[in-house]
Amino acid sequence: MSGHKSKSDCAIVGSRLRKVDGRAKATGQARFTDDLTFPGMLHGKILRSPHPHARIVSVDTTAAEAMEGVWAVVTGREMPVPYGVIPWTPDETPLCVDRVRYIGDGVAAVAAVDEDTALEALNRIEVEYEELPAYLDPQEALAATGDENSPFIHPPRKEGWNGNITKKVHLDFGDVDGLMESSHVVVEGEYFFQGSTHAPMEPHCAIGLWESDGREAGGLSTAGGWTFPEKPGMGGEPGKHEGNAPSVRGKLTVWSSTQVPHYVHRELSRVLGLDPARVRVVQPPVGGAFGGKSEPFDLEFCVAALSMKTGRPVKILYTREELFYSHRGRHPFHMTYRTGASADGRLRSVDARIVLDGGAYASFGLVTTYYSGQLLTAPYHMPAYRFDSVRSYTNKPACGPKRGHGSVQPRFAFEVQLDKVAEALEMDPVELRRVNFMGENTRTVNELRVTSNGFLECLDAVEEASGWRERWRRLPLGRGLGVAGSCYISGTNYPVYPNEMPQSAVQIQIDRSGRVAVFSGASEIGQGVDSMVAYVAAEELGVPLDYVRVYAGDTDFTPVDLGAYSSRVTFMLGNACLDAARSLRRRVQDAVAEFWACRPRHVMLAGGWALYAPDTERKLPIREAFQLAEAAGGTLGATGWYNTPKDIHGEYRGGTIGASPAYSFTAHVAEVDVDVDTGFVTVVKIWIAHDCGRALNPVLVEGQMEGSAYMGAAEALMEEQIFKSDGQGREGLHNAPSLLDYKLPTSLDTPELESLIVESLDPEGPYGAKEAGEGPLHPSIPAIANAIHDAVGIRMDSLPFSPPRVWRAIQEAGGPGALSKPPAPTRPKQEEVAHATTRR
Amino acid sequence: MAPTHRIVRLTVNGDTRTAGVPVHYTLLETLRYAMGLTGSKQGCDKGDCGACTVLLNGEPRLSCITPVWEAEGLDVVTVEGLAGPDGALHPLQDEFDLHGAAQCGFCTPGILCSAAGLLARNPRPTREEIREALSGNLCRCTGYTKIYEAVEAAAARLGSGDAERERGERKEGVS
Repeated sequence: MSGHKSKSDCAIVGSRLRKVDGRAKATGQARFTDDLTFPGMLHGKILRSPHPHARIVSVDTTAAEAMEGVWAVVTGREMPVPYGVIPWTPDETPLCVDRVRYIGDGVAAVAAVDEDTALEALNRIEVEYEELPAYLDPQEALAATGDENSPFIHPPRKEGWNGNITKKVHLDFGDVDGLMESSHVVVEGEYFFQGSTHAPMEPHCAIGLWESDGREAGGLSTAGGWTFPEKPGMGGEPGKHEGNAPSVRGKLTVWSSTQVPHYVHRELSRVLGLDPARVRVVQPPVGGAFGGKSEPFDLEFCVAALSMKTGRPVKILYTREELFYSHRGRHPFHMTYRTGASADGRLRSVDARIVLDGGAYASFGLVTTYYSGQLLTAPYHMPAYRFDSVRSYTNKPACGPKRGHGSVQPRFAFEVQLDKVAEALEMDPVELRRVNFMGENTRTVNELRVTSNGFLECLDAVEEASGWRERWRRLPLGRGLGVAGSCYISGTNYPVYPNEMPQSAVQIQIDRSGRVAVFSGASEIGQGVDSMVAYVAAEELGVPLDYVRVYAGDTDFTPVDLGAYSSRVTFMLGNACLDAARSLRRRVQDAVAEFWACRPRHVMLAGGWALYAPDTERKLPIREAFQLAEAAGGTLGATGWYNTPKDIHGEYRGGTIGASPAYSFTAHVAEVDVDVDTGFVTVVKIWIAHDCGRALNPVLVEGQMEGSAYMGAAEALMEEQIFKSDGQGREGLHNAPSLLDYKLPTSLDTPELESLIVESLDPEGPYGAKEAGEGPLHPSIPAIANAIHDAVGIRMDSLPFSPPRVWRAIQEAGGPGALSKPPAPTRPKQEEVAHATTRR
Repeated sequence: MAPTHRIVRLTVNGDTRTAGVPVHYTLLETLRYAMGLTGSKQGCDKGDCGACTVLLNGEPRLSCITPVWEAEGLDVVTVEGLAGPDGALHPLQDEFDLHGAAQCGFCTPGILCSAAGLLARNPRPTREEIREALSGNLCRCTGYTKIYEAVEAAAARLGSGDAERERGERKEGVS
């Protein structure tokens, strides 16, 4: 089916290898953003709003500016150009201009000789606020009228619209009502998914360095030297800017712990009115991101502005508390589902209503709103489907993308619904999922193109490994097993800002020493992308892995990649690297063939040699092969790129959102132990089977699977974003903005995790590879919910399944004494189902 | 006026180091900002995450909540001091690399120090003992599984008594 190299033909791809940065990370030599210092560097701090919703009447910075050791202060009014990672919803400014929208919203920033002085200066900034009614509940926000007592959080984008709505999506496919009506069984449920935050171990950090050429620049004075533009500056004539920015000559460099250097580059240029050719963004190794560093943040603009004002490098490092307020994490979802199925368990109709609690800004919310419905339509065949989603603004930290963006919440609800359908039909829930398998090389009900699909193998693997057939419904009371499945995208066909340029690119340059330099646009955030491109380059060019150097994360010397999010880099950057490496390989093969007077296809490059395929005794060291090629055709360099198919999507508004070149598939079985007296749930083990297409390095794929399953289990059981309401203290204040109070699982809280890799060899992925970084999170949560039901017969439809909630559910069911295991299905197991014919 | 700075003298990774630091500096701040030892990380600044863990007289300690004066006169070992003087990796470091136990690598220096402290007092820990010993170090990437495997592999190497393998990288891959 696919033309990929087989496992035995690969020297590197598919082996259990070290990472190219593994040694640096194990020795403390990896230098993260906060590990960098520069001569004369100043330290910045951001003043944050104490009110969830208020007008800014005035900001007086005089006393702060007069302090010894303070070099500059910047306020929102100096940077009024709005931005937003989604070009249609630019609703934020680096610092608030005239309104604060959550506790923690930035108002002003200070640069001083050290952090203590900067903090003291913040105390001396006088801000006068006029408080406004705040909305913590999305339903209340949606009911706002816009009048004085019920103000909108943002001005409506059109006359007559509700300013508290970011996005509304209503899509339906097939005869939803008719098929629901004629279903044998219809299950209805209401679900609540509590939000959660990324909590990467590295706090956000940025350093700005403005290098003026001395003319008309901000200079060293904090007064009057530099005026920021009132209008965006990007896209105009080179060297000239719209707005009132002076034509400053100079260069801005920003080092940032971002996972999207390209977007930071674009927005810095736009907001600060700088020619993008004079902006450089450097991304050092990032200490975890999970979606939480995938758009520009206030600190990147502030270090840039403060450096432009002072002429000195300026660093801002978030405190852990600031991370909880900058957030952009998982949206709380209120969900209602109706699922109709026929008597044999086949899905007929699915109907969903979802309210997304978006927080103060749009962030990626337009996409989240679409994803809340669009990504549910695989791996099961669904003849009819409707969703109605609305994202509300609220006066809380903005939500955004977290690992499994927008689709983890509906997947939880839907997979619990499937468990309820199976129960109603007295079917084994694994069997129910098998019956509904959609197959490969097909289209979903919402017209997404699905190519490779290893979901059935995933189900088989977890069923077998967990002893499902012998143990489900048969474990003692308090112990249970649950199953769930899911799918996820390998990047999106359409970038967040419309353009026809490649999504991903690399440049490779080969030296006559044998050294292969790969300049990669992608962002290493711990997922191993630098290693992935090194494996691909070494495989194709036949060099030992340590001959490959990867240079990444610097917009000055790498081509553009759109960032480390939406699980796009292995698929897209892997293909880009293959493209570049193969064009160089052909040049080397041609040159060696010329030298040996043989056919180019008989020249193999592997293991540090060029080999004559018919007789591998005949060989040349790879560096000599490179030298032949360099002599024959000049310096060895090539660019390679990947762009997504743009003609494969649904023909309806929104039909491009959710379209991906390939989908990954996952199945989990979770085993839980429920203490019926305390409501304490222990996840004993999760079996994770994931179809990643092809594991380029199984060690890294397992790491993604285990990390994902861990993070899902954490959301299921422990993590909770709670904001105080009026009467509980300061309204809108985060209840637990620390790593002690916000419960991240320690080693003692984390279940045993077993990874089972499934390789379906995607026809378009590099060597057949698809994503592995986000898909395996999804089933953790519903598998745990379903396991709790198997253990004690209660349904947990609200997250998290923390002891108080589980205890309450047990009390509502009549107390521990009234609990019993749900009955085992009476219906005989269907050993073979019709859909199984699509299996390989 | 009360002094704003003081001179501290520390033994770090076998070297005696002197630095003038603000009086309120923690051991972590001194290591990172006064001595250029940026391997130890600040993830929370409150003793919650463990990324700042170093060894004080062989015992894992949270350097972000240790006033620097408490470390004076003690033997401080940071992640930079785990490898041998010739640069040969500690078996823990090598096994972390080999098993993919470091993803983003931000928690890794602290976890390595906690694990080194564990192996020094308990050369053959069980999986449960490893979980217990690392329970003060948060990792957000791995789900801990590969970390346990790396610690077990390092313990096995240290326990094998094979001097050459004890310090020094394993040459072969895992496959």
